[in-house]
Formats: sequence, C-alpha cells, structure tokens
Amino acid sequence: MSEHEQFGEDLALYALGVLAGYELVDLEKHLHDCVSCRRELDQLRGDMALMALAAAGPAPPKRAGERLMTAIHREPHSSQVHQPGRSWWGALGWVVAAVMAVGVFWFWRQSDSMAQLSAGLKNDLAHQREELSKTRVALDTLTSEKSQSITVLPVDWKGAPPPQGKAIYERDRSSLVFIASNLPALPPQKAYELWLIPKEGAPIPAGVFKPDARGSATVMNPPLPPQVEAKAFAITIEVETGATTPTMPITMMGTGE
Amino acid sequence: MVELKGSDTDFALVSGVRSGDESAMARLYDKYSSIVYSVALRVLGDTGIAEDVLQEVFMQLWRNPGVFDSNRGNLAAWLSVIARNRAIDNLRKRRPETDIDDVVVSVVPDLASDTERSRAMQKVRGTLGAMPDTQRTALEMAYFEGLTHSEIAAKTGEPLGTIKTRIRSALLALRKAFEV
Repeated sequence: MSEHEQFGEDLALYALGVLAGYELVDLEKHLHDCVSCRRELDQLRGDMALMALAAAGPAPPKRAGERLMTAIHREPHSSQVHQPGRSWWGALGWVVAAVMAVGVFWFWRQSDSMAQLSAGLKNDLAHQREELSKTRVALDTLTSEKSQSITVLPVDWKGAPPPQGKAIYERDRSSLVFIASNLPALPPQKAYELWLIPKEGAPIPAGVFKPDARGSATVMNPPLPPQVEAKAFAITIEVETGATTPTMPITMMGTGE
Repeated sequence: MVELKGSDTDFALVSGVRSGDESAMARLYDKYSSIVYSVALRVLGDTGIAEDVLQEVFMQLWRNPGVFDSNRGNLAAWLSVIARNRAIDNLRKRRPETDIDDVVVSVVPDLASDTERSRAMQKVRGTLGAMPDTQRTALEMAYFEGLTHSEIAAKTGEPLGTIKTRIRSALLALRKAFEV
C-alpha cells in the first residue's frame, strides 16, 4: 500500500471535517508536503459539493433575502471604506489585538489535538525505549568479555577451530557489523584492520580492532562512505592506529553471499 | 438550457461585489441562496438557524469577496461546501473550524444554472439511491450530521476501517457518476 493510498480514506474524512486525533495531525503533516494529496483533497471537496445537491429543495423565505440586503446596505463595503488621517499607531493596536485573538483561538483549537498527540508520543517513546533496551542487550552480548563465544564445527572436525569472521553489511544505510573468532594473537603494537573492497575503486578502511584473549573481536558500524557496493571484505595487519591503504599480505578475505 | 448573459456570469457578479455593487450581490443571492439554505436546513433541521447560516455565508462573501476566485472552483460548489461546514459547526456547537480562505473545490459539473443544478441533483440522488444502504448511511451521517468515523462506528456497531472505506467509496462513487 502506497503512502498516498494509506492517507486516502483519511483524506475523505478530512474533507468532511470529521477526522480527529492522531490521524488528523498525521494527515495535516503529510498534506503540507504532498501536492498530489492536496489535489485529491480539493477533488473530495468537489465530491462534497455534489453531496449538497442531495439536500436541494426548499428555497429560503423571502424575509431572508430582505434581511441580507438590509444588512449589506447598512454595512460599508470594504471597497468604499476610507479612513483619512488615521494614524498607523491606532491600527497597530487593532493588529496586535487581532493577532492575540487568533493566537488564543489557535491554541484553544490545538489543545485537544496536542493532548492526543502527547499521549501517542508517550506510547511511541515507551516502545522505542523497549526496542533500544533490547538492542543494547544484543550489543552488550556481542561485545562483553563475560560472554561465552562458542564456535560450532562439524562433529568430525580435527584440530583447533580455524579463524573466521562474518561481515554483515547494508549498503543503503552504510551499516556494517563484523564478528570474528579464533583470530591469532597479534605482534606488539599491531592491530587487525578490516577493509571494504568496493566493486570499483580502492579498498576502504572499515575499522581497526584487536581480538580478546580468546581471539574474538567485533566491529560495529565504522564510519563508511554512503551507498558503496561491496565486492568483498578483507583483513590485514596494520599499525595500531590503522592505515589508509592495506599492507600486504591479506590475512583473511571473503566475498559477498 | 438557459444561457447566461455575460453580466450574469459568476465572474462578472463577483467582480461587481468586489466593487461594492449591491445589485450584483442580490443576483448572486437569487442564484445560490437555495442551495446554501437547503444544505444548512438539512443539517440543522431548524429554519431559523438555517437562515442565520445563509446570512453568515453571504455576508462573508460581501465582506470579503476576494476569498473566492475562479481558482477555487465554481461558486455554487464553493458556497455549498462553506454552508455545509458552517452548519455542522453550528450543529456541533463549535467555533468555525474551516478557514474560508483554505477552501478550494475542484468540481466537476458547472452548477451555475438552474437547469444544470437540477440535472446534477437528479444524478446525485440516483447515485445515492443505487448505493448499498450501509454505504449511503455512513456518508450521510458524516456529511449531514458531522459525525466522526468513530462516532459512526459506535452508532452502527461496524468496525472503524469499514466506516472509513464506506465513506470514501461513497464520495468516489459520486465523482465517478459525473466523469465523462
């Protein structure tokens, strides 16, 4: 369902002036930025005008027309109003009063919507806190020294588990999580460096790391340029501060799945 | 079909109102008071209050004719939307919620002459009559009673989503009836 389709039914209610609460707030926000939905709103008002025809019938009593004509005759028309010599200071007072009146009315009108919006935001915030809490637990589990790291191998595997790493990369968000295990210990003043090998161009540094005593390491969301298509990831051994170009040899490498 | 003279077109009459011509205002009233009054009466069910809404709508046009221009749709449609909204505001005892400056109406058939309005009225009534009762009722409750979809759902016992869908579908059915 497209975003516009999602708002379609709310637009009809909005045109009728019967949308309320969150849906009203969300739709008005969307309308501010969406030309096609504003156009659809104008059309729905046209549909409303047709609906008025269903009520067509009685003409107003004659006195109503006389009342109107008497009223407009008594009231100076805006095109005829002329106020010579009137100071703009005097007008300023009316302008301030009008602005204040509009402000009071606006706040009065918004208060109900804001109360509902506030309640909704509290719910959203509670939900987001819960999600954040879960994410933190997951991250802590990945990075904590107290966590157990267990490599699962074929039951007939002989010898020590091999070094291995897993890079999980999402190009659109430039988001990368790298988890390694059983890495050999490093020489003094050296570190491993992860490289993103793009489909075109030079390798891009994707984080410097040192494994813990068990050979485990994690790299979480290193700074990366946007929208880079990865052909492979590689690991080299570099100085502790990291390098801008990889130093051969490559110790580990893997291509995309 | 009645051909309108150049001096009686909505454009010419609104131009007259802009320059303070009371006779132009009287001709506009003669043309459109019926549609404004009847929608207000249907909503309010009270001739006195419906007359007040009628007076208010035309006084707004007199005081500020600049709020309407041809970009806002045809005058009959625009007046009927303003009248219905003012009547609902009255019905629900609330302050005016629709800013008259904001209302743009993209319509459909030209409703400037009695003949055209009569033809359109028959088509609207035919379209409403052909709708399922539940759909027509949902639209009428929202349009003539100003009920929110939650209130309609509470009254009818139908799910909220169903009410929303029915109202929108009903409005689109009206539009479709006038598509060439």
